[in-house]
Amino acid sequence: MEWEVVIGLEIHAQLATKSKIFSGASTAYGAPANTQACVVDLGLPGVLPVLNHEAVQMAIKFGLATNSEVAQRSVFARKNYFYPDLPKGYQISQMELPIVGEGALDIRLEDGSVKKIGITRAHLEEDAGKSLHGGAQGMTGIDLNRAGTPLLEIVSEPDMRSAKEAIAYMKKIHSIVTYIDICDGNMQEGSFRCDANVSVRPKGQEEFGTRAELKNLNSFRFVERAINLEVERQIDVIEGGGEVVQETRLYDADKHETRAMRSKEEANDYRYFPDPDLLPVEIDKETIEAVRANLPELPDAKLQRFMQDYALSDYDADVLTSTRPMADYYEAVVKSAGGEAKLCANWVSGDLAGTLNKESMDIKECPVSAEMLGGMIKRIADNTISGKIAKQIFEAMWQGEGDADSVIESKGLKQVTDTGAIEELVDDIIANNPAQVEQYRSGKDKVFGFFVGQVMKASQGKANPAQVNQILKDKLKS
Amino acid sequence: MHNKTLSELSAALQAGEFSSTELTQSYLERIASLDPQVNAFVTVTEQPALDAAAAADRRIAAGEAGPLTGIPLAQKDIFCTEGVKTTCGSKMLDNFISPYNATVIEHFNAAGAVMLGKTNMDEFAMGSSNETSFYGAVKNPWDINKVPGGSSGGSAAAVAARLAPASTGTDTGGSIRQPASLCGITGLKPTYGRVSRYGMIAFASSLDQAGPMTRTAEDAALMLNCMAGFDGRDSTSAQRDVPDYTANLANSLEGLTIGLPKEYFDEGLDAQVGSAVEAAIREYENLGAKVKEISLPNTHLAVPTYYVVAPAECSSNLSRFDGVRFGYRCDDPVDLEDLYKRSRGEGFGAEVKRRIMIGAYALSAGYYDAYYLKAQQLRRLISDDFKRAFEEVDVIMGPTAPGPAFGLGEKADDPITMYLSDIYTIAANLAGLPGMSVPAGFVNDMPIGLQIIGNYFDESRLLNVAHRYQQVTDWHTRAPEQFK
Repeated sequence: MEWEVVIGLEIHAQLATKSKIFSGASTAYGAPANTQACVVDLGLPGVLPVLNHEAVQMAIKFGLATNSEVAQRSVFARKNYFYPDLPKGYQISQMELPIVGEGALDIRLEDGSVKKIGITRAHLEEDAGKSLHGGAQGMTGIDLNRAGTPLLEIVSEPDMRSAKEAIAYMKKIHSIVTYIDICDGNMQEGSFRCDANVSVRPKGQEEFGTRAELKNLNSFRFVERAINLEVERQIDVIEGGGEVVQETRLYDADKHETRAMRSKEEANDYRYFPDPDLLPVEIDKETIEAVRANLPELPDAKLQRFMQDYALSDYDADVLTSTRPMADYYEAVVKSAGGEAKLCANWVSGDLAGTLNKESMDIKECPVSAEMLGGMIKRIADNTISGKIAKQIFEAMWQGEGDADSVIESKGLKQVTDTGAIEELVDDIIANNPAQVEQYRSGKDKVFGFFVGQVMKASQGKANPAQVNQILKDKLKS
Repeated sequence: MHNKTLSELSAALQAGEFSSTELTQSYLERIASLDPQVNAFVTVTEQPALDAAAAADRRIAAGEAGPLTGIPLAQKDIFCTEGVKTTCGSKMLDNFISPYNATVIEHFNAAGAVMLGKTNMDEFAMGSSNETSFYGAVKNPWDINKVPGGSSGGSAAAVAARLAPASTGTDTGGSIRQPASLCGITGLKPTYGRVSRYGMIAFASSLDQAGPMTRTAEDAALMLNCMAGFDGRDSTSAQRDVPDYTANLANSLEGLTIGLPKEYFDEGLDAQVGSAVEAAIREYENLGAKVKEISLPNTHLAVPTYYVVAPAECSSNLSRFDGVRFGYRCDDPVDLEDLYKRSRGEGFGAEVKRRIMIGAYALSAGYYDAYYLKAQQLRRLISDDFKRAFEEVDVIMGPTAPGPAFGLGEKADDPITMYLSDIYTIAANLAGLPGMSVPAGFVNDMPIGLQIIGNYFDESRLLNVAHRYQQVTDWHTRAPEQFK
């Protein structure tokens, strides 16, 4: 039987506020345990939550960036359950009236086509703390630094039909939340994480199959693997005559398996009700328009502009606009290079991206500034250096040896464009390789490459390749 | 000294008749000798009180004193007090020393008031007789075989027994007004949001409100001046200016319209209490007020509505008492579930458990609409009753409680009868309105109170109305024989 996969994602984006959603404690990552938990975060008797309006602004930004409805009135609700890292015995979240309602965004599939994915809602909530198992004497420690960190939970419609589509959607959300600067997008630190609802159904069937919720997916790779694994498992279960049960499953990256999780409470009744400690969040049209006016250019608009202004292919434009720092870097390179948009695109998405990737570095940590790279490309464009020498210069700039001009100067890498000098080299090569000359003249064109290589080698790569070609052709003919 | 009102003490301190240290010492001595009879205090903070009194004396000497500087006060043990045990009347918090001060406490500290100690209360403010306290029942100073009312029973008894000139209480369904009535003192529950709830251990967040418990309306005005105000740490606190509540105390009541809800004078009311209230109304007519019969047709829904809303909120509010971070933890838990079950099972008393269970039930899937949501709708109806009434009248009057103080143990095993002792006070909480109880007579030698309910943020008028009555009556000046 042919199966169709149905996937919906719940993405938790940690909002990049300085302080927590309901207290003044810092949200900075990595502090010693429980040093960033104030009396409110600890859930001491008598404390009360006060909403951080920065988080509200960020949620509005997200709503606008995804063409979603921004609710004029939303309500915080308590989700009640007991767990040691949940200090109050309830999580403040939003249930019936979330701050962001329905919306949609486009994802680009591998074949270049575009698919619309629905957003059901996005709501504000506080994160829980962390339970640190296996501490001293087998005890479990509680770190409440993370408790009260603001999260935006973004719930999609079950619109995705493969793990690849799920990844494309997740990357798109990642790109949007980082573009609009509401989330640092750091998946290792858990600032951007995802639960996936996965089910399968026979192709052509309307109603959905029973879904399983996959938890703990904190990298794009894991999401893809876990979904594929779960799809296989569900198909095996059904084809083996069994039934998929609705449950929460944990993805274990080390063992490469998903397994049923013990539920946090025996009965899963969260007894939601509006939090009487917080007023409903009222957002007027003026506030929404003020946020809209300050929205940065979004990925889709930037992609269109890159294609238009820089005459880039949609592939190039897609790669370069995938993150805002990358796009900003690219534009700065073009500016410094004084044009050469295509050449700049090749360098940014080629050598630069490749080296960053190899070194596991973020573009923000790149030792070669956009100005330096642009300056180098300028030298390629004005024939001071060849593309090949440029690779050498790039390497030197990466190592901190200065900008392109000073590397060219100190290493004497200036391209040789003096026709006389190149002719001398060519004459030498022709004189020293009579056999190859004979071959060429008898019609073996392929051997031409050999001569080019020899000349370039003799010039230590500095000879202008176009000139070398021309002179070689002329001399070999005679 | 102890027979002076707060305002008289304030004047005497300023005039240098005695020092705050002498005054504080005198109250501490009274507490030491007399409190064992009433059990009003859970904690007496003797040394901090003397330190605060010494500081107040310096402030008075420097001419920087306000009306509450150097005044000894008793604080309900529901307010978090830094470095001092804050129990909320529960075994659960018997070991809890708060690391921070409630906003109300901060206000009193800034004013230079002296905290004598923390007063006994029904466990987590759940009770109408002060019998649910882990620290034992408080006794009514007018008859130590009777209850003082609750949940602010310790605060009421402390003022009635002259163990403090004034105290603080909190009122979720009548917990300031009902004990004030039963102990013959003046109690004011302000409009919801008038006094910050920050640091006040939550029972039912949408109903809880702190207020003063004093001998006179004038003293209540002085206390409220200090307690009221917007607090950025409480999202439900009202962003509006605090008037000087003493400013209008002496205003004439000529032309005041008093509404008498017929539902407050029905068969559930003790006939003698009814007569006393009617006598009080006649005094008001003598003072120039007009009386109008009104109807609050949804009055009968107040108690059932309250007993869904309050338990629902408390079931969630009390979840933080889990034995993990503070408070009572059971011995040798074998696993997490055991830790939760036994810490909460052993740490909470029966009434608290009963309400948590009612509340969890009312909020559970499948019952939410029928109970919690329905209760919210009824709450709106009850508020609308008052809204209509205040279009016609300035204040509403009636009995505070259906009868005088009942015997210790008399209703302890009958929760429904117990719950009905708040039948006249609960509606003001559901609507968020301010309400007062002022001493208005005696029934069988036990004091009873007149309740005055006002419109939103109309505390000034309530205090004015109460004060003028106290100028022509002396019920509020009476003291129980052993505590004179």
